[in-house]
Amino acid sequence: MSTTPPSASPSAAVAAPAPAGGASTTRTRLAALGRAELTLLGRNRNNLFIAVLMPLLMVFLLRSSLGGLDTETLPMGTGAATLIGGTGMIVLLVVYMGLVSSLVARREELVLKRLRTGEASDAEILAGAALPSAAIALVQCAVLTVAGFAVLDVAAPARPDLLVLGLLAAIALMAGLAAVTTAVTRTVESAGLTTLPLFLVSAFGSGLFVPRDALPPLAADLCGLLPLSGVMEFVRAGWLGTAHAGSLLTAALNTVAWGVLTGWAVRQWFRWEPRR
Amino acid sequence: MTPAIEATELRRTYAGGASGGPGARSATRTSRRSGGGYDAVRGISFSVPRGEIFALLGTNGAGKTSTVELLEGLAAPSGGTARVLGHDPYRERSAVRPRIGVMLQEGGFPSDLTVAETVRMWAGCTSGARPAGEVLAATGLAGRERVRVKQLSGGERRRLDLALALLGRPEVLFLDEPTTGLDAEGRRDTWELVRALRAEGTTVLLTTHYLEEAETLADRLAIMHQGRIVLSGTPAEVTAAQPARIRFTLPDGVPAGRLPLRLRAAETAGRVEIRTHALQDDLTELLGWAREEGVRLDGLDARSASLEEAFLDIASRTERQEADAR
Repeated sequence: MSTTPPSASPSAAVAAPAPAGGASTTRTRLAALGRAELTLLGRNRNNLFIAVLMPLLMVFLLRSSLGGLDTETLPMGTGAATLIGGTGMIVLLVVYMGLVSSLVARREELVLKRLRTGEASDAEILAGAALPSAAIALVQCAVLTVAGFAVLDVAAPARPDLLVLGLLAAIALMAGLAAVTTAVTRTVESAGLTTLPLFLVSAFGSGLFVPRDALPPLAADLCGLLPLSGVMEFVRAGWLGTAHAGSLLTAALNTVAWGVLTGWAVRQWFRWEPRR
Repeated sequence: MTPAIEATELRRTYAGGASGGPGARSATRTSRRSGGGYDAVRGISFSVPRGEIFALLGTNGAGKTSTVELLEGLAAPSGGTARVLGHDPYRERSAVRPRIGVMLQEGGFPSDLTVAETVRMWAGCTSGARPAGEVLAATGLAGRERVRVKQLSGGERRRLDLALALLGRPEVLFLDEPTTGLDAEGRRDTWELVRALRAEGTTVLLTTHYLEEAETLADRLAIMHQGRIVLSGTPAEVTAAQPARIRFTLPDGVPAGRLPLRLRAAETAGRVEIRTHALQDDLTELLGWAREEGVRLDGLDARSASLEEAFLDIASRTERQEADAR
C-alpha cells in the first residue's frame, strides 16, 4: 500500500521546479512507442506464440511438405525452397497477423485515439506499433539464414542485397496491409479470421508452400499480381541469384503498386477509434 | 496577446448520421439532422483568454465533446474556425500539440502496461516531459507505479489520464469530464489541482455536467444545448439572469388568490412557488402579509438562483419549444 496520502499537496507538487526533458523527436517517439509495444507483446501469450513459435512450426511443416516434391518440380532443392517459403511465412505471421491483432487491441482500448492527442504523427503511431514485430521478423530471418547454411545445407545467399531489400519491403508492405485489415476486424478475436484470406492466398499463390514455377503457367502469371509475390521474387533472387532483370522489374513494379494502394487504403479506411 | 482558445462559428457535422461521434447518441431524440448528416455542433463562438478556466456545460449529447475534439485538433471542423494559441489545431498539429495537454472523456492506455511504463511511453512522445514521480504525486498516484493499468480503479485511471495530460507542462489544458467516476474526495483533489495550474498561468477548458464543478472552478462558462451555446458568462452573471425562488405550503382554507397580488405565484397541489428577481422585497412583502393575516407558511424555502436552475430552465425551455414545434 502507498504510504503517501493522495494529493497531499497538489499545488506544491505542481509548482515544484524540476528539470524538464528535451523536445520529443521522431526518434524518441518511435523508441517510446516501440518499447511499450514490445513490453505488451512479452505479456501477451497469444501474440507471443504467433510471433515466436508459429514461424518455427511453419518452417518445419514447410520442410516436410516440400520434401515430397521431386527435383523436376523443385529444381532449387528442398532446403532453398524451405528458406524462401520460411521467410515469407515469418513476415506473414509475425508482421501481418501479429500487427493486426495488436493494432485492433490498441484501437479497442482507445489507446490509438489517446496517442493521437499527443505529439506523435499518425505515421509514427503506426510505425511505433510495428517496430517490435519488424525487429522480431528480421531476427528470425537472420536465424533462418544461419540455420539454412548450417543445417539445411544451402549455400549462402547469392545476392544478400536483394534479400535484405526484399525483406524490408515485405515488412513495410505487410505492416501496411495489417493496418488496412484492421478496418474489417472488429475484435482481437476475429483477427484470426480476417487475416486468413491474405495468409492463404499468399501461402499458396506467392510461392511460400509451392514455388510459383510449379504452378500451371496461367495460374503462375495471375499469382504474380498478388501483394506478396513481388517481394518474394526479391527474396528468391537474393537466395538463388537466378532472377532475370525482367522479372525483378516486374516484381518491383508489383511492390510499388501494392505499396501505393496500401498507403491510400490506410488513409481511406483506417479507424483510430472503435465503432460504436 | 492572442487568446488561448478561440472558436468562431464552429460547426461539426457527422456524415452518415447516428453512427457518427460521441454526441450521436441523442440523434434520434433531437432534430439535428441535416442533409444526411448529424449536426453535433451548430455554429458556436467563444474565446478563452490565457490563464482562465472556462467550462463547457451541458447535458449528454449537447455537443461538448464534439466541440472539444475540434479544438484539440482530432478532427477538422465542418465549418467555422478553431484557433489554439493562434494556430489551427488540426492543420498545424505539430505547432500546437507540444503546448497543450489533453484528457479525453474516455482515455485509453494499454491495460497490460504498468503505471510507470505508461508514463514512460507518454514521456517519449512529449516535449519537455517532467519527471514521472512529479506528475504521479500531483495526481495522487505516488506508490502505484508498478501496478498494471487494468488493476487500477476507474478513478485511478482518470488520475493517470490527468497525470499524462500534465506531463509536458501544457500552456492550454483540455479536460473532458475530468471528474466523472471520481469520488467526492478525488473530485476535490482534482479541483485543487486545476486551481493550482491556473495560479501558474495554465489555461483550462473543461467540460462537465456537474454544475457544482463549473460553479466553483470556472472563471467563465458556457451552457451548451443541442449543439449551440444558449447562455454564457461568469457563473455569477449566468445565475443573476435567473429568477430567485420562494416556496411554501398554504394552510387549508387559504386560497392562493388571497396572496398579495403583486407576487406572481404558481400553485400546484397546495404548494406555492414564486419566481422573482427581487427576492428580498418580495419575501418581505410575503412575510408581512402572512403576519397580518395570521397565516402560517409551512416548509418556507427562499433561495437565490443557482446555476442548476439556469441549467434546468434551459433544458425545459427547449423541450417546450420542441413540443410546440410538433
